Amino acid sequence: MSVDMSQFYQTFFDESFEGLDIMESGLLGLDIGAADAETINTVFRAAHSIKGGSATFGFTVVAEFTHLMETLLDEMRDGTRMVTEDSVDYLLKSVDCLKELLTAVQNESEYNEAFVEEVKAGLERLLHGDDVPVKVDGEVSDSSTSKPEIKGWNIEFKPAEYLLKTGNDPVRLINELSLLGKIETVCCIDNIPLFSEFNPELIYLSWSIVLHGNVQKEKISEVFEWVDDDADIVLTCIGGEQEQNNEEVSGVEVAAPVAPTEKIEVQAPVEKIEASLKSEIHDTDKKSSLKKTPKDQSSIRVSIDKVDDLINMVGELVITQSMLGQLGENVTPDSIEKLQDGLAQLERNTRELQESVMRIRMLPISFAFQRFPRMVRDLSNQLGKEIELRLLGEQTELDKTVMEKIGDPLVHLVRNSVDHGIETPDEREAAGKPRMGTVELNAFHQGGSIVIEINDDGKGIDKDVIFAKAVEKGVVNANDSLTDEQIFDLIFAPGFSTAAVVSDVSGRGVGMDVVKRNIRELGGTIEVKSEKGKGSTIIIRLPLTLAILDGQLIRVGADTYIIPLISIIESLQVKKEQISSIGGQAELYKLRDEYIPVVRLYETFGLKPDSEELVDGLIVIVEGDGSTAGLFVDDLLGQQQVVIKSLETNFRPVEGVSGATILGDGTVALILDVSGLINLSRQSSERAA
Amino acid sequence: MNETAAQPSEIDLGLNAEADQYLTFIMADEEYGVDILRVQEIRGWEHVTPVPNTPKYIKGVINLRGTIVPLVDLRERFSVESIPYGPTTVVIVLKVVGDEKERIMGIVVDAVADVYNIEEEKIKPAPDFGSVVSIEYVQGLASVDESMLIVLDIDKLLSSDELDAIART
Amino acid sequence: MAKILAVDDSASMRQMVSFTLKGAGHDVQEACDGAEALKIAQTGTFDLVLTDINMPNMDGVTLIKELRALPAYKFTPMLTLTTESGAEKKAEGKQAGATGWIVKPFSPDQLLATIKKVLG
Repeated sequence: MSVDMSQFYQTFFDESFEGLDIMESGLLGLDIGAADAETINTVFRAAHSIKGGSATFGFTVVAEFTHLMETLLDEMRDGTRMVTEDSVDYLLKSVDCLKELLTAVQNESEYNEAFVEEVKAGLERLLHGDDVPVKVDGEVSDSSTSKPEIKGWNIEFKPAEYLLKTGNDPVRLINELSLLGKIETVCCIDNIPLFSEFNPELIYLSWSIVLHGNVQKEKISEVFEWVDDDADIVLTCIGGEQEQNNEEVSGVEVAAPVAPTEKIEVQAPVEKIEASLKSEIHDTDKKSSLKKTPKDQSSIRVSIDKVDDLINMVGELVITQSMLGQLGENVTPDSIEKLQDGLAQLERNTRELQESVMRIRMLPISFAFQRFPRMVRDLSNQLGKEIELRLLGEQTELDKTVMEKIGDPLVHLVRNSVDHGIETPDEREAAGKPRMGTVELNAFHQGGSIVIEINDDGKGIDKDVIFAKAVEKGVVNANDSLTDEQIFDLIFAPGFSTAAVVSDVSGRGVGMDVVKRNIRELGGTIEVKSEKGKGSTIIIRLPLTLAILDGQLIRVGADTYIIPLISIIESLQVKKEQISSIGGQAELYKLRDEYIPVVRLYETFGLKPDSEELVDGLIVIVEGDGSTAGLFVDDLLGQQQVVIKSLETNFRPVEGVSGATILGDGTVALILDVSGLINLSRQSSERAA
Repeated sequence: MNETAAQPSEIDLGLNAEADQYLTFIMADEEYGVDILRVQEIRGWEHVTPVPNTPKYIKGVINLRGTIVPLVDLRERFSVESIPYGPTTVVIVLKVVGDEKERIMGIVVDAVADVYNIEEEKIKPAPDFGSVVSIEYVQGLASVDESMLIVLDIDKLLSSDELDAIART
Repeated sequence: MAKILAVDDSASMRQMVSFTLKGAGHDVQEACDGAEALKIAQTGTFDLVLTDINMPNMDGVTLIKELRALPAYKFTPMLTLTTESGAEKKAEGKQAGATGWIVKPFSPDQLLATIKKVLG
């Protein structure tokens, strides 16, 4: 039988990376000196699983490395080793190291050998430093190399009465023995009790077996390996040397030499698999076709409950469908009502099914939060600060894609809080605050959005400094009067950094403008609140999913478009006196006290409208990315949830359009990107002017 | 574990047979061929959703079993005079292989013609013969039954770079 | 063909074991920890139980103990999947009533050979 082991690699990598996260959070939660046994066991289990899997799938580097970690953890678990700050630090480093190794193995790339060797050496030092001899894999002495010719064996086999209750069967053992050579068996029935005392679940028999042939003792031990403790077994060599007589089989130790051979057998095919994988990749390269290798696939873990929900829903759907089918075969005037009921049921089923499918993509935000305890710990050590990190609402669910994209912006924001927000212990004390600062991450659902707040009780943002900086950079004028909100918003302007000294922590890499852009790309918003001396709060709002949106269908001429409901403020009939134009070009609509630029969609998109007169159509007041506009359209159609499809999959991005969807009649409608649209119309009016 | 465990079984699907099959179509009285393995399906012309601010030859997008697929009108792409779409007008949906990914796109042509087996060496490099389609998108020429067939390089013709480059001008 | 219950908290090991056994024509059910395995075991009978030892929500040793206490599993072969470093674990498994063990790492072929031993 041949099994292609590579098909299990993806699962192995998925669970191993998950295991690393578990190890990391477990280690971070350990109290030095009073370590919780269950936590250590959890960490041990994760290491143990990675070791087992990597050895099975032939990733020897990983297996060897994990073995060291496992040994150390095992000693902690047994209580033979104290949990010290030093050992936890090394284990944390080992987690990083293992991440590096696993990534390298997964991508068949190089890893940082120096780093791995350093951590490995550290682990070994911890292990051997106390002169505790550690068994190294495969280091088993083989005593059976040069044995004299053996003619056969006398085997006395007396199983314990309860042997059957271990699932072992003497007949099977004897059969197995017979595979080694010719056997003669004598069964001893002396111990069979009186019928009244006879218990059919027990064994009363024992056997004297003669095994002929030059059979190594280890082979026999192997047969009896599992019953060594549950039977009296005496082996006597026939025609061998004296010293071999009457030796008891000692199962475990003798069986050990099996291990090295096993390893070799496992490794060889895996190397082949890797080689053939490589050659496959090579082949596809030649054809310039872009078949993705399996390792690029992203997968998602789904709880059984969610899958069961789905199956139930599909069941209901099938029932409704068959009911409708029956009704449809024989339509009479009085079945119309039933038909309508059926359709209503179908609609309900479909909606529920859609919701359940969407739920599959939802993961708790703890996946994004879990890296922070480690990060904050490392950063505060580095910066000499004392910081407590609080995570709230970790079970709040959001879409997997949103989660993946929000990770980096969150890291940046938390770094900022730790680096620029929280003061040093001395500064805090001087300001009358506790020495230990607090950074808090809080996630919760609000309407159709998820809100993530990052709070810190640090020094807050100094409005004056920001304003001065903005003036210096020419972002605003010195005599502009800005609201607090507008001032805080300045930190998201490109190239804006207020750190007096660019520190090692957050001075490099992405700026706040990139953070804001990433969040906006997800259809979210970011907002800052801060009070000088008290701390700052950053509030991020994100849609729960990227796959579905509540849309308002609108019509221009023959075409239907969709405006995300979230960007619509209101829709109005136009009154002529509310329109004014500047220089005969830019039109403004007076809405209460504000003047809002009018964007004629038909102009921006080059369409044929029903009418070019504003009073004949409607104005939809939309807001995107801080600017407001009035979209002139012919008509409003219904509102509905639409499934977002990418235009880029087969085409390319189109300005003013964020995607497309498929309407009930199977045709495609484009979804408008409001801020893109406003930009687009601004550009065209600039060109016109 | 079996020695042959990892060896992918080598099944000859006939993909490397000497003669490849080509689907041909008519545009402006010339016959063009595309590798039939790239053809996903052939559909009649039906309603498309126009995409704003794209070149005129991008007729719009259609729903192909849940994915959004753009359609390119080949006549307009090569500035041949347009004819009204009629009953023979078809959309050939093709798989286009680019540098980064595969895409599905449709081309609108006058009519589908035939399917031919053409051996690879029978496709000759094309001289600049002043055809409608500029020479850079032609993979080669082949003669079939006395007439000439222009084999298109659809990856080049429908590559994102090409579409973008033209879109920008 | 035998009905086999495969228990491991590692999904990749479970997949490997299950795929191998199914490939050899066995009927395999999977469980990701002892508690789930015990539940599944009570819904039917199995000819063989393969279990990892260190698992959350009831470890393999407890699982074997619990199963042995059930009349239907009095004589059922049960093998632990264990690592070389777990010598005392083998003994612990045996004490709980395990039939034997398979040492990790093992190849699909080694797994099948061992299974053959107990299933006869």
